[in-house]
Amino acid sequence: MAHLITALILLPVAGAFFMNIAPRNYVRPLALGFNVLSAVVALVLWRNFDTAGAGLQLVEHHAWRMDRGFCALMLVMQSALYGTFTAQNFVLWFLFYEMSLIPAFLLIKIWGGENRDRAATKFFLYTFLGSVALLLAFLGIYFVKGTFDFAALATLAKTGLLPGRLAWLAFAGIFLGLAVKVPLYPFHTWLPDAYETAPTGVSMVLTGVLSKMGVYGFVRLLLPLFPNEIRTLGPWLLGLAVCSIVFSAFAAWAQSDLKRMVAYLSVNHLGYCMLGLFAVTATSVRPMPEFQAALSGVFLQIFNHGITAAALFYFVGLLEQRRGLRGIDDFGGLMQRTPLLCGWMSVAMFSSLGLPGLNGFIGEFLIFKGSFAVAASFTAVAALGLLVTAIVFMRVMQALFSGPLAEGCRTFPDLRPNEKWTVIPVALLMFAVGIAPQFILNIFNATVVQMARLFA
Amino acid sequence: MIQLIVANLWLIPAAPLAVSLLILALSSSRRGSAAALAIAGQVIALVFATAAFLPTLQTPGYRALQNFVWFTFGDQPLRIGWVLDPLAAAMLMMITLVGLCIFVFSVGYMADDRNFTRFFSYLSFFSAAMLGLVIANSLLLLFVCWELVGLASYLLIGFWIERPSAAAAAKKAFITTRIGDIGFFLGILWLFGRTGTLVFYDDGRGCLENASLVALGATATFIALLIFCGAAGKSGQFPLHVWLPDAMEGPTPVSALIHAATMVAAGVFLVARVYPLFTLGGINGVTPSLTVVVWIGVITALMASLIALAQFDIKRILAYSTISQLGLMMVSLGVGGVAAGIMHLIAHGFFKALLFLGAGSVIHGCHHEQDIRKMGGLRWLMPITFLTYVVGMTNLTGFPFFFSGAWTKEEILHATGHWPVSHLPHYLMLAGVVLTALYMSRQIIYVFFGNGRGASEHAHESPSMMTMPLIVLAACSILFSIVATPAWSWLHAYLNGEPARFDLSLLVQPMLFVSAALVFGGIGFGIFIYRNVAETDPLAQKQPALFEFLQKKMWLDEFYRWTVVALGQLAAHISDLLDRYFWDGLVRAFAGLGQLFGIFTANFDERGINAGVDQTTAGARGLGRVMSAWHSGQVQTYLGVIAVGMLALLILYAWLT
Repeated sequence: MAHLITALILLPVAGAFFMNIAPRNYVRPLALGFNVLSAVVALVLWRNFDTAGAGLQLVEHHAWRMDRGFCALMLVMQSALYGTFTAQNFVLWFLFYEMSLIPAFLLIKIWGGENRDRAATKFFLYTFLGSVALLLAFLGIYFVKGTFDFAALATLAKTGLLPGRLAWLAFAGIFLGLAVKVPLYPFHTWLPDAYETAPTGVSMVLTGVLSKMGVYGFVRLLLPLFPNEIRTLGPWLLGLAVCSIVFSAFAAWAQSDLKRMVAYLSVNHLGYCMLGLFAVTATSVRPMPEFQAALSGVFLQIFNHGITAAALFYFVGLLEQRRGLRGIDDFGGLMQRTPLLCGWMSVAMFSSLGLPGLNGFIGEFLIFKGSFAVAASFTAVAALGLLVTAIVFMRVMQALFSGPLAEGCRTFPDLRPNEKWTVIPVALLMFAVGIAPQFILNIFNATVVQMARLFA
Repeated sequence: MIQLIVANLWLIPAAPLAVSLLILALSSSRRGSAAALAIAGQVIALVFATAAFLPTLQTPGYRALQNFVWFTFGDQPLRIGWVLDPLAAAMLMMITLVGLCIFVFSVGYMADDRNFTRFFSYLSFFSAAMLGLVIANSLLLLFVCWELVGLASYLLIGFWIERPSAAAAAKKAFITTRIGDIGFFLGILWLFGRTGTLVFYDDGRGCLENASLVALGATATFIALLIFCGAAGKSGQFPLHVWLPDAMEGPTPVSALIHAATMVAAGVFLVARVYPLFTLGGINGVTPSLTVVVWIGVITALMASLIALAQFDIKRILAYSTISQLGLMMVSLGVGGVAAGIMHLIAHGFFKALLFLGAGSVIHGCHHEQDIRKMGGLRWLMPITFLTYVVGMTNLTGFPFFFSGAWTKEEILHATGHWPVSHLPHYLMLAGVVLTALYMSRQIIYVFFGNGRGASEHAHESPSMMTMPLIVLAACSILFSIVATPAWSWLHAYLNGEPARFDLSLLVQPMLFVSAALVFGGIGFGIFIYRNVAETDPLAQKQPALFEFLQKKMWLDEFYRWTVVALGQLAAHISDLLDRYFWDGLVRAFAGLGQLFGIFTANFDERGINAGVDQTTAGARGLGRVMSAWHSGQVQTYLGVIAVGMLALLILYAWLT
């Protein structure tokens, strides 16, 4: 007679639910019926109760259903993300922007791995600090201009949004908030900790979508509102983007934890986005095709990074699930044991290192084409990132796939059907974008033309 | 058929590509179907290539284009396309023909391999990418195929992935070529930015056509040099050649196809393809970029043939020979002999594939032994392999009259002799001829002559599946000489888009005697030195220090390990430490400051404000205590106090009035 207590507790609730949908005439009889039913359960309970026993009886043990809260929080985070990407008003935008932070914080703090408390706190406080700066800046703008509407502000910005020093203060606030969120070097140190600790699914959402909020913020807020400030700071901003690209690629090389490595490469890839954006805004020479190339590249890269980095985290998650560890030296010779896993994981890695034929190449090519024409030296240095990324992935492939089969990997299963169904569509999407990217480009071509005109 | 192919050039690479995907989908037990499919794909490609070749024969300087829009970003269309011209057609023929021989050979060579089907899938994929590369009419499309052949090369070098050395070699190859490719990539970006197009030929609007070249002006030199970086990486030119000898970790057919005949020649092909960028603004055909190409080629050719003298691995000797021949081709392009360079490329494709497959047959016969010191006396045991190998060797060394390699090499020497800048490359290349003769005599004596030394004792001739391709390739390399002689230099004229002339008197030229003398001298000298080879090398006995220097590949790998690689690793660790301690340290310091402020305010609260409030309340409480004592609630006391007050008031009133 299991679950009697559960039944006792849930029966009246179920009855209450029926009260809403039952026809009016049946309400009272139904209520009575549910009461009777619970009474019966109670009677059965009583019958089963051993009056001679002194301790607790008929105890039911249920594990606290972690995945329930987990999935709920993920959904909340999702809704916040949709909100952020559609809001056209600062207050609304900021609400959603912050709303995404809380579930992310809880997800890391409750379901994270080692050091989750520290990482979650750091993640939360660091991004929150940025948010506060952002909020203050917008309040300042509001007191001067009296509106929170993005479109209205963008129109006003054409003649200079704020006077003199105030403009720089507001710019600094918004910049800080967004730079932390993206993250842009050197405001990125929360990211490796957070991504490394977060559970696989959360890492995937964090890198795939959450990091795009920052990039989106740059496109939606900073560029339209402060074109002059950005242009003045141009070379410095480009420098930061190049640092993002080069330093985090090198840092990824030095990592032995696979997840942390992918996290660093995530910073590197977002650096390409920032390079394209800053190149567009930070130049005095303004040829239209180059701007369109860079902006198309940035938007495509946002999309590409979303699927590729998330896929990489997924694969690292699969490996960790099988091995219990995720150090680069904990594996070896996997190609002999799990060829499918290795093959599809290689697709994700080659996509990330920008191999032609896969999605990463198109985005990177367009970004580099656009920025090379307007900021050649910065772009040339950034190209070093392309090389180092390749080195990082070559190192991973050598360590994981080649050589004799490692001791701890003897019993690895290859991709299970549900894993296959997760991986293959995403990988096919990578091929599709890499071979015929038009269907993605069509989505934002019109926007790109319009934006390029705005900056030119 | 011909019309169909010329109008749809993409069909040529599409055949092997489709086959490759098909094989990948097969289960690994269906070995027969995999091999049949792969060979069928290659045959189709050969037929298509022939169909494309035929129209180029009819009109000199034939060129057919198919340009189309790949995608549109913003409102900018990105155009790419395919091109069929003599250069592309000649390459197509060579690649498909050599490829087919190597595919057939592989069926025998890889017969016992566990991953037989995957091998053919990769090989077909390579073939597709390589064919795409030669017919690309856009630098971008060429780059795409270029990277894909690099991927195929990576996959095939590391094919025996359970061997750590193979995996390391694959990684090295990918990264080293990628270094060059970064330069190539920047060159593409620069060219694109300057000319607004990456299509080579586009009815006057292409980047290799006059209007664009004029717009380029002096930047063409830099763009050309950046593109040459890519070519140097792929074609194993100094200083990026180090990956090619290691690539011999791959199965021998792979070495023959990718690392001898086709892919490594892609760099030479690339330079030839974008040659107008190299010659732009030249005086007498001399430009800074071409001069760089010449000297890099010279250094590469000499260095590699010297190193080849001191190697013992049968495949590594051939690898260094390949590097040196590629250097020679680069020299030829640099001094203006484009047609000569491409002719040598094609001839080299045949005879080097022949040599590698011969080496594969030897390795197969000697039960996977690759050390030439353990071979010997194979000429009676493997007669077909021996004879075809000799044909390959005579081609490579430039043995006159019947071998294509000899004619093409002679044409290159001829071209170097007319370089206006310096005659040094010419003389150094002549020295290279001697060195080539030397290392080839050494190898052939070690492997085929003398007595058996261990591994060769139980050697056997390879099955006909493997010897047939050898015979075909040997025949090709001899027959090919018909179109490469100076008397009827049809190929030369074909590549240059001129009508060919027949003039027997051109056959006899002074250069012929010089090079023939050098070849004979080299071979004779080689036979003299190496006549009694044994476990130890004669050069090692006479000049141990020099020999070690060459055997260790001039210590270049070690040099790179302690410079480039170490620097990269250092940068990686510095970046990591910078993050962990500096930037994160700042964040933590900021957080610490916040905490400190918290502690301060907490204390201020406790000791300052709170204490003050406490004091005030204590005072108030004291006052209250006094006051509350007065409010005793006893009516008598109150009445008493009232009485006293009344009395006091009365007295005051009386006194005032």
